[in-house]
Amino acid sequence: MPFIPHTEQDIQKMLSVIGAQSIDDLFDEIPAHLRAKPLDGVPDGLGEMEMIRLLSDRAQQDEGALCFIGAGAYEHHIPAAVWDVATRGEFLTAYTPYQAEASQGTLQLVYEYQSMMCQLTGLDVSNASLYDGASGLAEAVLMAVRANRKSKSKKILIAGSVHPLYQKVVTDIVGNQGIELDVLPIDSQTLCLDHSALNNFEEQDYAALVIPQPNFMGSLEDVNALTNWGQANGMLVIAVVNPTALALLSPPGEWGDNGADIAVGEGQPLGLPLASGGPYFGFICCKQKLVRQMPGRIIGRTVDLEGKEGFTLTLQAREQHIRRSKATSNICTNQGLAVTAATIYMTLLGYEGLSRVAKASHQNASLLADKLKTLDGVNVRTKGAFFHEFVLEIDSKRDSSVQAVLENMAEQGVLGGFDISPYYSDLKYCFLVCVTEVKSESDLDLFKASLARALEGVA
Amino acid sequence: MLVFENGSKGRYATAQAPKRNDAVNDIPESLLRKSAPCLPEVSELQAVRHFTNLSRKNFSIDTQFYPLGSCTMKYNPKGAQKAAMLPGFIARHPLAPESHSQGYLSCVYDLQEILKEVTGMSGVSLSPMAGAQGEFAGVAMIKAYHEGRKDFARTEIIVPEAAHGTNPATAVMCGYKVKEIPVKADGDVDLEALKEAVGPQTAGIMMTNPSTCGVFERQVEAIAKTVHDAGGLLYYDGANLNAILGKVRPGDMGFDVLHMNLHKTFATPHGGGGPGSGPVAVGERLLPYLPTPIAGCEQQDSGIKRYHWIDETGLPDTIGRLSTFMGNAGIILRAYIYAVMLGKEGLHRVGEFSTLNANYMAKLMSDAGFELAYKDRRATHEFIITLSQQAKTLGVSAMDFAKRLLDYGYHAPTTYFPLLVPECFLIEPTETESINELEGFVEAMIAIQKEAENSPDTVRGAPFTQPVRRLDDVKAARELDVAYTPE
Repeated sequence: MPFIPHTEQDIQKMLSVIGAQSIDDLFDEIPAHLRAKPLDGVPDGLGEMEMIRLLSDRAQQDEGALCFIGAGAYEHHIPAAVWDVATRGEFLTAYTPYQAEASQGTLQLVYEYQSMMCQLTGLDVSNASLYDGASGLAEAVLMAVRANRKSKSKKILIAGSVHPLYQKVVTDIVGNQGIELDVLPIDSQTLCLDHSALNNFEEQDYAALVIPQPNFMGSLEDVNALTNWGQANGMLVIAVVNPTALALLSPPGEWGDNGADIAVGEGQPLGLPLASGGPYFGFICCKQKLVRQMPGRIIGRTVDLEGKEGFTLTLQAREQHIRRSKATSNICTNQGLAVTAATIYMTLLGYEGLSRVAKASHQNASLLADKLKTLDGVNVRTKGAFFHEFVLEIDSKRDSSVQAVLENMAEQGVLGGFDISPYYSDLKYCFLVCVTEVKSESDLDLFKASLARALEGVA
Repeated sequence: MLVFENGSKGRYATAQAPKRNDAVNDIPESLLRKSAPCLPEVSELQAVRHFTNLSRKNFSIDTQFYPLGSCTMKYNPKGAQKAAMLPGFIARHPLAPESHSQGYLSCVYDLQEILKEVTGMSGVSLSPMAGAQGEFAGVAMIKAYHEGRKDFARTEIIVPEAAHGTNPATAVMCGYKVKEIPVKADGDVDLEALKEAVGPQTAGIMMTNPSTCGVFERQVEAIAKTVHDAGGLLYYDGANLNAILGKVRPGDMGFDVLHMNLHKTFATPHGGGGPGSGPVAVGERLLPYLPTPIAGCEQQDSGIKRYHWIDETGLPDTIGRLSTFMGNAGIILRAYIYAVMLGKEGLHRVGEFSTLNANYMAKLMSDAGFELAYKDRRATHEFIITLSQQAKTLGVSAMDFAKRLLDYGYHAPTTYFPLLVPECFLIEPTETESINELEGFVEAMIAIQKEAENSPDTVRGAPFTQPVRRLDDVKAARELDVAYTPE
């Protein structure tokens, strides 16, 4: 029997000790008419050999294209050591470190992770991770509403340049608690927030302001001015950041005069494969004074009864298994394995390596943007400073849809970018192109040739 | 030693970073980082050695029996791990077009169909990223259902007092008040109390069955009738689905919505505290509200199946999106692979052999003099013993027994949960453990009992063989140190 070790002899011995005639007798407290019939809708089981064949065939169907899609998930080189070590059974098949003495490996690793995230974000405290970037932002919003002592408001002001799927997830999660989001408009020329519209929002009471860096379109916001504006108007400032970019860009803890209050983001760029969107992890960091409003697990360093250094779950009085209906969140698991991989990744690269990844990605993207400036039929819509992702616009005179162009490129084996036209009425002919350090110059030339053919093909 | 304390300035895993290091000159100075963050500065070998050595300080399923009640720590098949990391799956961008996603989509679709069959429900969404998020999705659907019928008076969710802490926390996250109802001495819900509790304010009830008391709720049909008659819906917390997989289906018991924990029942790795995956399944009434995205399938005239995503355009009343992309895809794949390998005959055996193992252990422990909390009931896939006699007469607590078990090479069971049984152990062996491990654990408990009687300080002072002795939790909370700061 797959994964069940019992021999017939074992079964008989166990039943006779229990005093039952058959295994079925053990279910005699379940009313007979409720017992399930055979699960005919499920196929017969496969051995490992047949299973690998089936799955390999399926995996191959999705293979082979050259990918220039970013939009929240980024292809970076993952050192071989990351997953080789992270998938050791001792990390992979352990659980939440409830028995601290028998979980020091995971506990110390998460403490090191928290330390690294604090360093990257310039903030004081990190938790052990949340599910992903978007749901992490929802938790940050809930946290800000609880934590803002100056404001009783259940309204949040969010930059329109935050990833549209994040905006959707946040609305869908926090809406159940009566929290509303107002959106700051973007300037469709600069692809950044429209600073001239800010004063329209000064009269209202908001618990928090959400600012992305880089924003969804890869453009860099003036985070210092925005942070100062938000805090001057009584809002806690939540930064949504890309962790790779933090090796290059100013950390949220240093934004403006006082620093952002909370930073969240998608941890995937730190050593996690694209893998259809998960498992990734959300990181969240905050200033010391907000620590008791933090959701999820936090690991602390302490000593054992002989004075030896050790690590343990701490501040558990915030959590659902203690506080039940009064907990800061219902969150229970974190994304432990993803965090294990990210911690190994950051350790291997260090600041030197991570900043090289950031710089090489950015310079590759700039190089592609430059190459495309000489291509007829498209404009690089991104004008100001950006990070490793930019907006490309098909010449509107051609009136070919972004979707048709991208489909044509996909048929040529190039996934050319993410169609943003459904999200912004002013950007009807636009799509978002991402380049990271993994692309060679010949890949960029291939992109350009493929786009040129697609523009011909759909003209 | 922390990884930060073992480096030298300027060292890193040189082979792993791009060689080029050109300065960036097209970003304004005011937006650039001004000082270097303190990240580790070690070689590739130092990093590998550091984390390999850390891993060896963990208990895990691969190395120890891990009978953590309500967590279903069963064997995680290596084949599922390997197949889920095939290059085609690993490299697929979540926003890749459907033309380049047919392989992955077919796995998602097939798993949805399998889960519908094993739960007896009408629709499944795999998007929730953990059990707690599945609960959130389920209760949000209950809310959407009532509001869709313009019934705004339903403001309360009922939970039995033995429920997991996530249940009341979830109800609050969905904007509900929580009403707890008592559980009787035999472990079943107090049906009379439930009848008094329900009314036009009842949105629904959240139940785990088998309950956290390790027994099957025998009155489940009466409970369903009571709540349904009052206009409420029934939520099934799938934390203990392993006990009944293939034996009885939540849909047949009268539940309207449920979540499953794929990291428990479908054997995906727990990863030191996640990732999990918490798909939701619903009956007809809640189909329009499922969270998106969901995989759909069309059979073309040629017989070829084409798979596609269903999002809010195709399901306008959905409670929405819970993750940036489509949930914990890699975990969904591993669960699918597990289901494929077990097949219909294997899924049946999960409930059977997890129950056989728990009943066998319960009998051995009872024969050895340990007190079962529900001795007149059948054990399900888990059971509870109470060590309150030991605590009273010997001054040795459940915590002491738990810590001493570590010295014997066993992970401790869940302790002090459910809260209504004093000094308890919730023990869940799972179906993948052999009789040898079960007997070994019981022998260790008997040995610790003898120590508790003859040299109680040995038990009270445990563990002695782990990387650390008992930790000072009070200091950890009072003198909060949650991040290393360089001197």
